[in-house]
Amino acid sequence: MTNGNRKLCLIASKGSLDMAYPPLILANSARMGGIEVDLFFTFWGLDIITKKKMKKLNVATVGNPNMHPWFHIPTLLGALPGMSAAASWMMRREIDKLDFPPVDEFIQTIIDSGAKVYGCKMSMDMMGLTQEDLVEGAEILGAMEMLDLADGAQVVFV
Amino acid sequence: MTDQVSQDILTKIEFDDEGFMTDPGAWTPEIASAIAAREGISLTERHWIVINFNREEFEANGEAPTLRRITKNTEVDTKEIYSLFPGGPAKMAAKISGLGKPTGCI
Repeated sequence: MTNGNRKLCLIASKGSLDMAYPPLILANSARMGGIEVDLFFTFWGLDIITKKKMKKLNVATVGNPNMHPWFHIPTLLGALPGMSAAASWMMRREIDKLDFPPVDEFIQTIIDSGAKVYGCKMSMDMMGLTQEDLVEGAEILGAMEMLDLADGAQVVFV
Repeated sequence: MTDQVSQDILTKIEFDDEGFMTDPGAWTPEIASAIAAREGISLTERHWIVINFNREEFEANGEAPTLRRITKNTEVDTKEIYSLFPGGPAKMAAKISGLGKPTGCI
């Protein structure tokens, strides 16, 4: 089976640890199978490619209904100091057990694989970020240009 | 006409619909060269680093290693493995190594 001109455009809009992995795994799998990939990081998703933040993404323990397998805690307790850090630590441990790379290493692998990585210009302006804040290899792109890139691609919003 | 010769070997080998060998035990280095030629790849020493690692891992664990495992444990890094096996290194390296379609996502 050949993937011909198949192309995937992933939009990552969330920057918590648990929501960073799905677009990265999809991007990596696609590249491994020979599919062209554009990854567009917008809003909180920008944290995933921001040098100062990418190693410190956290799992939210309040208002996050998706964390049961790791951490059974009632919402009120989740608000206690240290809970988010503990949940994040547990998730990092589980990720490492599966031999999945940490976020910064994963992004590097994805860039090395030939995927294109973009930061959303408007979100960057809003957060006061510049090119220097982004991981090396990332480019800055406006939403209109992103839509041009997505022409003919399968688009996935995370 | 080495291409012609090497393609002849493949007539005796069974492949699934996507071109993966159905019996990894029937694999030989000559078959690898023939499959590679069919895919438009001319094998070099660098390809063999990956193929040999794939075969060793398969013999030890019964499955093809993930790309991450290959790049962590051999001198071939991510950028290089993508240039060695264009069109998707996970599938292509497994195919040439005579292994089944990889299912991992890293």
